Amino acid sequence: MTSILHYFILLPLAGFLISLLIPEKKESLISWTAFSVVGLHMVCAFIFLVYWLLHGHSILNQKDFVVFQTNGYEFFIDFYFDKITASYLFVGSFLTFLVTVYSRYYLHREEGYKRFFNAILFFYLGYIITIFSGNLETLFIGWEVLGISSFLLIAFYRDRYLPVKNAVKVFSIYRIGDIGLIIAMWLSHHLWHENITFLRLSNYEFVHEHIQSHSFIGAFLSLMILISASAKSAQLPFSSWLPRAMEGPTPSSAIFYGSLSVHLGVFILLRTYLFWEHQTSIRILIAVLGLTTAIITTGIARVQSSVKSQIAYASIAQIGLIFIEVAAGFGNLALFHFAGNAFLRTYQLLVSPSVVSYLIREQFYNFTPHEHTVEDSFPAKLKNTLYILCIKEWNLDSIMYRFLWNPLKWAGKKMDFLTVQRVVIFFIPTYLIGLYCLYNEDTVPARVLATLPILFSLIGLVMVLKSFAERKRAVMSWILIIMNHFWIALAVSFNEHFKSTQTFIYLSGIVVSGFVGYVCLRRIKSLENSIDLDRFHGHSYEYPKITFIFLLACLGLSGFPITPTFVGEDLIFTHIHEDQFMLAFFTALSFIIDGLAVIRIFARVFLGPHVKTYHEIAYRSS
Amino acid sequence: MEPHNSSFDEHKVLHDLKHYLPAQSPLKDFIHHNTLHAFQNLKFHDALRTASELFGYKVSLSLEEYRSLFKSGRIHEDVLDKIITDKIGDKELKSWKEKMISKVYNTATIPRIGMLRSNWKKVYHTDLDSMVHPILFRILCSYLDQGIAIWKFPGSEKSFLNALKEMESNSFSSLFRGKRARNLFLNSTCEINDLLKILVGDESLYAQYLYDQQFAHQGWSGMVSAIEDQPQTLLDKRDISTHDLIVFELLLEIDALDFQFGANWSPLCKGLTQKPIELFAEVPKTEHSQVMAIWQEAFEWSYYDRVLAGIQIEKKSTVAPQKKSFQAMFCIDDRECSFRRYLEQFDPACETFGTPGFFGVEFFYQPLDGKFYTKVCPAPVTPKYLIKEFGSKTKRQKDIHFSKHSHSFYSGWLIAQTLGFWAAVRLFFNVFKPSVTPAMASSFKHMDKFSKLTIENKNTDHKENGLQIGFTIEEMAIRVENLLKSIGMVTDFAPIVYVVGHGSSSVNNPHYAAYDCGACSGRAGSVNSRVICFMANHPDVREVLRTKGIMIPEETQFVGALHDTTRDEIQFYDEDSLTPLNRKYHQKNELVFDSALDFNAKERSRRFESIDTHLSPAKIHEAIRIRSVSLFEPRPELNHATNALCIVGRRELSKGLFLDRRSFMNSFDYQVDPEGKYLLNILNAAAPVCGGINLEYYFSRVDNQKLGAGTKLPHNVMGLFGVANGIDGDLRPGLPSQMIEVHDPVRLLIIVEHEPNVVLNTIQKNLATYEWFVNEWVNLVVVHPVTHRLFVFREGDFVPYEPLIYPVTQVNDLATLLESNQENIPVYALT
Repeated sequence: MTSILHYFILLPLAGFLISLLIPEKKESLISWTAFSVVGLHMVCAFIFLVYWLLHGHSILNQKDFVVFQTNGYEFFIDFYFDKITASYLFVGSFLTFLVTVYSRYYLHREEGYKRFFNAILFFYLGYIITIFSGNLETLFIGWEVLGISSFLLIAFYRDRYLPVKNAVKVFSIYRIGDIGLIIAMWLSHHLWHENITFLRLSNYEFVHEHIQSHSFIGAFLSLMILISASAKSAQLPFSSWLPRAMEGPTPSSAIFYGSLSVHLGVFILLRTYLFWEHQTSIRILIAVLGLTTAIITTGIARVQSSVKSQIAYASIAQIGLIFIEVAAGFGNLALFHFAGNAFLRTYQLLVSPSVVSYLIREQFYNFTPHEHTVEDSFPAKLKNTLYILCIKEWNLDSIMYRFLWNPLKWAGKKMDFLTVQRVVIFFIPTYLIGLYCLYNEDTVPARVLATLPILFSLIGLVMVLKSFAERKRAVMSWILIIMNHFWIALAVSFNEHFKSTQTFIYLSGIVVSGFVGYVCLRRIKSLENSIDLDRFHGHSYEYPKITFIFLLACLGLSGFPITPTFVGEDLIFTHIHEDQFMLAFFTALSFIIDGLAVIRIFARVFLGPHVKTYHEIAYRSS
Repeated sequence: MEPHNSSFDEHKVLHDLKHYLPAQSPLKDFIHHNTLHAFQNLKFHDALRTASELFGYKVSLSLEEYRSLFKSGRIHEDVLDKIITDKIGDKELKSWKEKMISKVYNTATIPRIGMLRSNWKKVYHTDLDSMVHPILFRILCSYLDQGIAIWKFPGSEKSFLNALKEMESNSFSSLFRGKRARNLFLNSTCEINDLLKILVGDESLYAQYLYDQQFAHQGWSGMVSAIEDQPQTLLDKRDISTHDLIVFELLLEIDALDFQFGANWSPLCKGLTQKPIELFAEVPKTEHSQVMAIWQEAFEWSYYDRVLAGIQIEKKSTVAPQKKSFQAMFCIDDRECSFRRYLEQFDPACETFGTPGFFGVEFFYQPLDGKFYTKVCPAPVTPKYLIKEFGSKTKRQKDIHFSKHSHSFYSGWLIAQTLGFWAAVRLFFNVFKPSVTPAMASSFKHMDKFSKLTIENKNTDHKENGLQIGFTIEEMAIRVENLLKSIGMVTDFAPIVYVVGHGSSSVNNPHYAAYDCGACSGRAGSVNSRVICFMANHPDVREVLRTKGIMIPEETQFVGALHDTTRDEIQFYDEDSLTPLNRKYHQKNELVFDSALDFNAKERSRRFESIDTHLSPAKIHEAIRIRSVSLFEPRPELNHATNALCIVGRRELSKGLFLDRRSFMNSFDYQVDPEGKYLLNILNAAAPVCGGINLEYYFSRVDNQKLGAGTKLPHNVMGLFGVANGIDGDLRPGLPSQMIEVHDPVRLLIIVEHEPNVVLNTIQKNLATYEWFVNEWVNLVVVHPVTHRLFVFREGDFVPYEPLIYPVTQVNDLATLLESNQENIPVYALT
C-alpha cells in the first residue's frame, strides 16, 4: 500500500506538465485534461481511502528518494499518510474536481482560460504534496508551490491594478509564513541532528528526550510553526489578506480562499501536534490566538456589506475555532470541522452572485426597517467605537504596512546613494577581498574572522533592501538580488568549512536564472526604453512569452524547487549554528526580501494596467 | 466683509457633474440607457470624439477590427466608397480609401480627466487614491447596504453626513487618522469651497478637481447620484447626495495628506508648474477621428443596406380574415422576433403583433405579502394606479445556505459541521444535475398563476398611499383603444387574442433585471398581460369601444400569457374563463406554441457552445432549460445582444425575412393612423427605449473596461445594489463582457412604414425624441407604404436611398443555415 503513495503526487504533476503544452486556443482539450487528471485522481483517492479504512487504517510512510546527501546531512523526499492526510485528501480532491467541472463552462471564452487551468492544476499539485509530505522539506516544496499558484490566481486578471496589487500583498504575507518554515527547518536540524520525519515525531520518548534538553529551541520552533500556520490560515494579525485575495474568477476564490488553501495552516498544526503537544504554553498561545481571531473577525464579518468579504471573515472566524480545537487536542473534531467549513464556504462563494435576487426578494416580502441586532444593546459609544473598528478591519491592513513593509522601505531608501557604478566600484573589490580572505584564512586575525560572516550577511541584506526599495532601474534591482545570494554564500562559507560543491549547488540556480532574468529585462528595456519600478507597465500584454520565461527566472532566483538552489538554501542554513541567531536572522530576512523584491520586479514590469493605451484599459480603481 | 464673489459655482458644478456620471440604478432596477447620455446634445460622432478625449473611453471598434471586417467582406466595398464620397467628396475617394485601409495612426489616448489630480502623485509622491478609496468605498457601501451586512450601519435612517457625524462624535475610535479632519468634520460647516481651499487653493481649478476626484471612482459616484435622484429605487431608503459624498471624500483626502506630511503641506496649486488643459475645452476633429467615423458608418450601412433591400421585396399577401386561427401580441423585444416567425410558420393562419411589453397599462403592482410596490411600466412614467394580488397559495421557498447565521460565532460553528456537509451534496448535484432552486430569479415567480388581481375600480376613492386601486371602465377603455389602434388591430378579430408578456429566468446572475422586460422597468410582463386582457374582455369596456368604432366580436377572447425567454416556456393565464369552443381552439394552439418554442430554442442554441445545434428541437429545448438553472453558466441567454433594427410597420414588411433575432418589431398600420398620432407615441418610446438598449450594448461592447462591467467572473456583490471586482474596487456599471461579446456595435436603424412627410412632422413634435434622430444616435429610414421607396433621414430631412447590394440572398433550408453558423448572419429572404 505504501509503495503507491507517490503516484498520488506524480499524477497531478504529469497533468500539470501536460496542460502547459496544450495550445491556448484549444479550450476543450485544456479543460478535458484538467477534468480527467483531477477526476482520475479523485477516483483513485476514494478507492484508496476505502481500501485503507478497511485494512486497519494504519499510518503509512515512504522515504521516496534522496535528493542530496553529504556527511551529517541528507535531503530526502518523504511521503506520509494518516487520517489527517486522508481527510484533507477527501475534501481536497472532491472540491477540486467539482470546481474543475464548474470552471469548464464558467470560464468559457475567458482570456487566460489556459492559464487558469494551469494554475488550478499547479495548485492541486502543491496541495497534494503538502498533505502527503512526510517531513518538513517535502512540505516546504508543496508550500512554495501553493504560494506561487496563489499569486498567479489572484493576479489572474493581470491587466488590472487591484488584482496585481493584492496578489503582491498576499504573496508577501505568505512569504512570512515561508520564513517561519525555513527557520523551523533550520532549528529542527539542530534539534534532531537529522532530517526528521513526521513519523519519528510520533515516538514520544524520542521527542520528549530532545525537547527536555533544548526547551528553548523547542518553544521557538513551535512558535515559528505557529507563525507559518497563522499566515496561511489568515489568523491574527494576518487576517486582512484573505478577503483581498478574492480577485480571481469566483470558482478559484471559492476553492482557494474559501476552503483548501486557507485550511492548510490548520493542517500544519495538526501535523506537528505531537511535537508541541507537551508544551503547555504553546497550546495556550494557539488557543488564545484562535479565540482572539474568532472574536475579532466575527465582528468584522458582521459589518461587511460585500458578500465575498463577509464569507471570508466568517470563514476566518471558524478557522480560529478550529485552532482552539487543535490546541485542546480534539484532532478529530478539528478535521470534521475543517471539512464542513470547507464545503460550506466553497458552496456559499459559488452561489454568491445569486444573493442579489434571493435577498432582494426576501427583503421585498419580509422587510422590517429596524431589525434588532445584539449590538443594539451596547451603550452607544461602545457600539460606535466597535463599528468603526470593525469597518476599518481593526486597522489590520495598515498595521502590516506600518510595521512590516514601511520599515523595510525606509531602510531601503536610506541606500539611495547606491548607484550601479558605486555598487560595482565598491562592492566588487570588497567581495574579492572577502574571497581572498576565505582562501587565506590564516592571514586574518581570529576575532575579525568571527565577525566576517555577520558583516557579509549584513552587506547582503543591504543589497536586497536596496533592491526592494529601488524605484527606478529594474535591471539594477535584479542584479542586487543576485549579488545578495553571493554575499550570503560568502558569509556562510566563512562560518563553517564545507565543500565548495555545496556553494556551487546553492549558486548554480542563482546564476542561471539570474542570467536568464537579466536577458529578459534587457530585452524589454531595449524594446520599450523605460522600465522603472515606480509604476506598473503591464508588458505581459505584448510579450506573453518573455513574461513566462521571466517568471521562471523569478522562481529560480527566489529558491523555488525548480533549480538546485532550493536544496542549496536548506544546506546553507544547516551551516549556521544554533547559537548564531544574528546570522540566521539576517539570512532569513534576506530570503524574505529577496522573494518580495523578485515578485515586485515581475509585477511592476510585466503585470498591471498596460502603459500603452491603444486598447481597452480598466480604471485603476476597478 | 467682502462680498462673496466666486468663479466656482458649487451648485452648477455639482449639477453638471451629476449629468456626466453613470446613471445606472441599483441592480434590481437595471434599465438600459444610453451610456453617453450626457453627450446626447452633440452629434453622434462629435460626441464620441469628445467623450474619448475627455474621459479616455474607447468609443468604437479598433482600426484593426474595422480593417479585418473589411477584408472579410463584412464591410462592403461599395458601401465604403459611397460613404467616403458622401462625407469627403468624389475627388478624394482614392486618397482617403488608402488612408482608411493602410495608413498608420497613433491610436493611444491620454484622457484629460485626472490630469490635475495626478499631480499629487507626480509632485507630492502621494498615492491619494490608495489611501482614500478603500475606506471611502467601504463606508459608502455599508451605509447604502440593502441587507448583506448583519450589523447594519448605525443611524442609517439619517442622512449620510449626519449618520457619520453622530458616529464620529460619540466614539473612542475615529474614521480619520488625524485630528484636523476630525475637527473640521465635527466643528465646521464643511463647505466644499473651504475644503477645496485647503486642498487645491486656486479657485479656478476647483471644478476640474472635483471632476477628477469623482471620475476616479465613477461607479460609486454614479450610484450615489442615481440614489439621490430617485431614492425610491432602494427599498430600504437612504438619504445621500453627491454633495455629501464630495464633502466626506475631501475630508478624507485632507486627512490622508495630514497623515503623510504632518500639518505642513501646501495646496495642490502651489506645486503646479502649469495648469492642465481645461476639461471641457473644444476637442478638434482629426483625420483619425474622421477615418473612424467613416469606418463605423460603412460597417453599419453594410448591414443596413441588405436589410433595406429585403424590406423592399414584395411580400406574400396577408392572412384571410375569416380563416384567422388566433392573434398574438408580443413585446417589441428583439428576442420575440424568431418566436413569432416560428408561430407563423407552424400555423400560417395566425397573426402576430408587436408592441411595448407593458401593453399600454401603467401601474404599480403589489404581490401578496409584498411590503413594497413594484413599478411595471417604462421607467420615465409615474403611474397613479395600483394593482394588488390576492388569493395566491404558493409559498416562497428558502435556502438555508444564504442564512446569515452561518457567519456568526456559535451558530456558524454548528452550521459548518452540519449544513457544511449538505452543501457538498448540493454542490455535487448543482454541477452534475442542475435543477430549480430558491436562489433562482424566475420570471414565473413574478406573479402566481392562480392568484387574482384587483383590476377593476368601482369607486375612485378607493386609494392606497395616494394610488388608485385598479382602473375604472372609462380608464380601461382608453387604454385598450390606444393599444389596439397603435398596432392597427381594429377589425377582423380572431376567436382568441393572446397577449404575451415576457420575462427571463437565471441563476447566479446579479444582472437578472436586465434580462426582463425593459418596458416593465426590468420586471416580467405577466401582470400587465393579464390586466390588459381583463380590460379587453370586460363587456362594459367593449361597449365603450364600440362607440369608438372598434367592434370586438362577442366570441373573441383575450388570453394573457408570459413567455420566458431564457427557458423558452410559456404560461397562460385565466384559461378557465374561456368558452368551451375557445378552449378547444386554445388546446390546438398550445401545440403550435409548444413546437414554436422548441424550434426557437434550437435557433438560439447556435450561439451556445455547450449545446449541439444538430440535435432535435425537443432535446435542445431540454438542454436550454437545464442551462437556465446551471450555477456555472454565465450566459443563461444572450438577452439583447446583436440588436440592430427596429421595424415600425405592418408585419408584412418583414415577414419573409430572416432577421436573426436582431430586430425590435413594433406593429403599426399607417392606414389606421394617417396623421401619425399613434406613431408619435410609438417613436417617443422606441427611440429612447430601443435606442437606449442599443447604445448600452454598443458602448459596453467597444469599451468593456471603462463603459462596461468587464468580465462577470470575478464580480463581488456590493450591498445588493451593485457589483465590483474584489472587495475594494469601484462599482462596475454597464454590461459584463458575457452579455456583449457577440454583439456587433452598430447603431439602431429604425424603419418606419409611412409617408416621409408624415413621419417628418411627427418626429418634430417632441424635441427630446427629435434629438435622438437629428443628432444621429439612432438612424431613421422611412419606407413608403405604397411605392416601397426608401428615404433616409439626414440633417433634418428625408432623402431617397437606393440599396447598393443586390440581390438579397434566398435561403430555403433555415435549419442547415442555423446549424452551420455561430456568428452573425446577414439578412436572408426566406422562400
